[in-house]
Amino acid sequence: MLSYLAKPTPPTQDKRWKLVDATIRRQGQQQRGLIETLHTVQEAFGYLDTQALRYVAMSLRVPLSRAYGVATFYHFFTLKPAGEHTCVICMGTACYIKGSQQLLDAVERELGIAPGETTADKKVSLLTARCLGSCGLAPAVVYDQEVAGKVGTAAMREHLKKWTQA
Amino acid sequence: MNPEELDQIAETEREAQSQFTQRVNVCVAAGCLSCQSQSVKDALDQEVARRGTKDHCQVKGVGCMGLCSEGPLVSTNVVSSGAGILYKKVEAADGAAILDSLEGEPVSRLVCRTDVPFFQRQKKIVLENSGVIDPERVEDYVAANGYSALIKALTEMTSREVIEQVTKSGLRGRGGAGYPTGLKWSTVSKSVGTQKYVVCNADEGDPGAFMDRSVLESDPHRVLEGMLIAAYAVGASEGYIYVRAEYPLAIKRLRNAIRQAERIGLLGSNICGTRFSFRVDLRLGAGAFVCGEETALIASVEGKRGMPRPRPPYPAMEGLFGQPTLINNVETFANIAPIIRNGGEWYAQIGTEKSKGTKVFALAGRVENTGLVEVPMGISLREMVFEIGGGIPEGRKFKAVQTGGPSGGCLPADCLDMPVDYESLARAGSIMGSGGMIVMDESSCMVDVAKYFMDFCMTESCGKCIPCRVGTYQMHRILSAIASMTATPEDMKMLAELCDLLKHTSLCGLGQSAPNPVVSTLRSFAEEYRAHIEDHKCPAGVCGAQAAEAGEAAAERETV
Repeated sequence: MLSYLAKPTPPTQDKRWKLVDATIRRQGQQQRGLIETLHTVQEAFGYLDTQALRYVAMSLRVPLSRAYGVATFYHFFTLKPAGEHTCVICMGTACYIKGSQQLLDAVERELGIAPGETTADKKVSLLTARCLGSCGLAPAVVYDQEVAGKVGTAAMREHLKKWTQA
Repeated sequence: MNPEELDQIAETEREAQSQFTQRVNVCVAAGCLSCQSQSVKDALDQEVARRGTKDHCQVKGVGCMGLCSEGPLVSTNVVSSGAGILYKKVEAADGAAILDSLEGEPVSRLVCRTDVPFFQRQKKIVLENSGVIDPERVEDYVAANGYSALIKALTEMTSREVIEQVTKSGLRGRGGAGYPTGLKWSTVSKSVGTQKYVVCNADEGDPGAFMDRSVLESDPHRVLEGMLIAAYAVGASEGYIYVRAEYPLAIKRLRNAIRQAERIGLLGSNICGTRFSFRVDLRLGAGAFVCGEETALIASVEGKRGMPRPRPPYPAMEGLFGQPTLINNVETFANIAPIIRNGGEWYAQIGTEKSKGTKVFALAGRVENTGLVEVPMGISLREMVFEIGGGIPEGRKFKAVQTGGPSGGCLPADCLDMPVDYESLARAGSIMGSGGMIVMDESSCMVDVAKYFMDFCMTESCGKCIPCRVGTYQMHRILSAIASMTATPEDMKMLAELCDLLKHTSLCGLGQSAPNPVVSTLRSFAEEYRAHIEDHKCPAGVCGAQAAEAGEAAAERETV
């Protein structure tokens, strides 16, 4: 077999690459499996770094530029590792009408970071979501995968304090 | 799987269910789950086990019951007396009290009245199983007449007859544009290709809309059944469900449903002993609003950036992998099974002249009852907001209702008596959209709302065509200037010009409809714009220096 057609070996010994390989196999090593594979990488590693993008691109035989293009086009993919905790503020219309902008302003002031950033001590990442679909509970905030509804500024400060002081 | 085996499953399940004389249903859809409904269910389960009443008291996790703002919701039903009671804001500690009430008086402090318009004015077709069946068990779906429409289509009808019924029903695409479903199906069925695809658009990107999510979480098999019938009608053998990665629970339940359907032979080769074969796979979206547009969605399923392309050729001719592709929204597919079961004419009786059937709306914002409602087309906005929605809380005044998300518009108070159907909404400058309905009161500033939607469109523009990429940026800049009281009358002229430009020259629906929120607020709330520019005042007290800073920062981020 020609060497450039051979499947590349994973960049590290990390077991999680097995999951990635499984997805690549399930997609028949087809280029169309790019997004699915990136989803698996992000689920396993938490983010997509250059090494991972390079490996996925080579495995699926797509140009690295295209893999990078896709990874940066979609908001769901992140190229930076997240902090220990994540705080996602929903900025959907229903939440916005009910004051999610004030929540966001409060966190930005409290932690000194903008959406998409992580505090210097790597404790908390701040993210915004387009809509969580929890509009009945607006404004909604997701603390580490757990959705909280009808959040007020004070309650949120309280919650963040637990993280930053821990 | 053959029809007799399906009957057998239904019969066995019905028999098993008839053992239970007391039923307690706990909502385990996303809304209630985030209010800890799982712990309520666990507590009820434990309590039933402790009392040893497992053989006649059933605790079941069910889909959305609608009134999300009062969650977690629990409904009880005692077969002997036929009494059904809905409880709201239930906590785990209330488990024992609820079980006690099954043999006595209801727990009055938790009772949620169901004789109110919110429940009485609804007509459930798409949501008929929501809150009734367990979304994670196919048997429960089959016992509720599930998959009988598929069997009927496969064994008694030709594919042409199926399309005829759908055409007769007058069903129109529920994703927003309202293209006649029957016509779309017949175009795909007539297209020639080596392989045809059926794609379910579950990339519900409109902020403030969660109908598709609830349908997928509450009744995933119904969507599969709709897809199967569609595939049979158009001659497709492969399908994809493109679902947002932000909906993990919907993904989990869909995966589970697909596995179950495969297990009992309703997905796979030679379904029901016929020559019809169909396979379904999930594709996860990755947070791009533009992927709700069908050609962008196709690009995304193919593993590329979700960028739209010019139409024609329409996906019905050349879609996924260059083959004829049928793309419908979740709710459209969810309507199919009842149409086939009861006939197209039955469905056509519901609704208005041009908009048939029912529509599911996600009611949210400044309104008492927020949640999921299904109403017949043609109901007035007033009924939606003040009867079903229960009016505006805290005695404030109604200002506008926003439909159609970033592609829609804000309808003011004088539109309240307008019927909700595709044409009327379009005439008023909004669109039906996928069904998000957000109520605003006097505390919302319309300039700020327009700016919010423009910010959304600016960020979500894929960047392929210039009118949308640059136009949304410029419009956002002007709206930010208005919100920070620094705009001039010339800016307003430019804003109007840009609205026109985007509408007519953008490549896809995102750009073409991006000006809608601006146009509709300019039309109905011109006074607010004027106040910002001439009096340097925000009547609602929302805009100010702080808002301006935030707006600039957002624009800054976008350019970096």
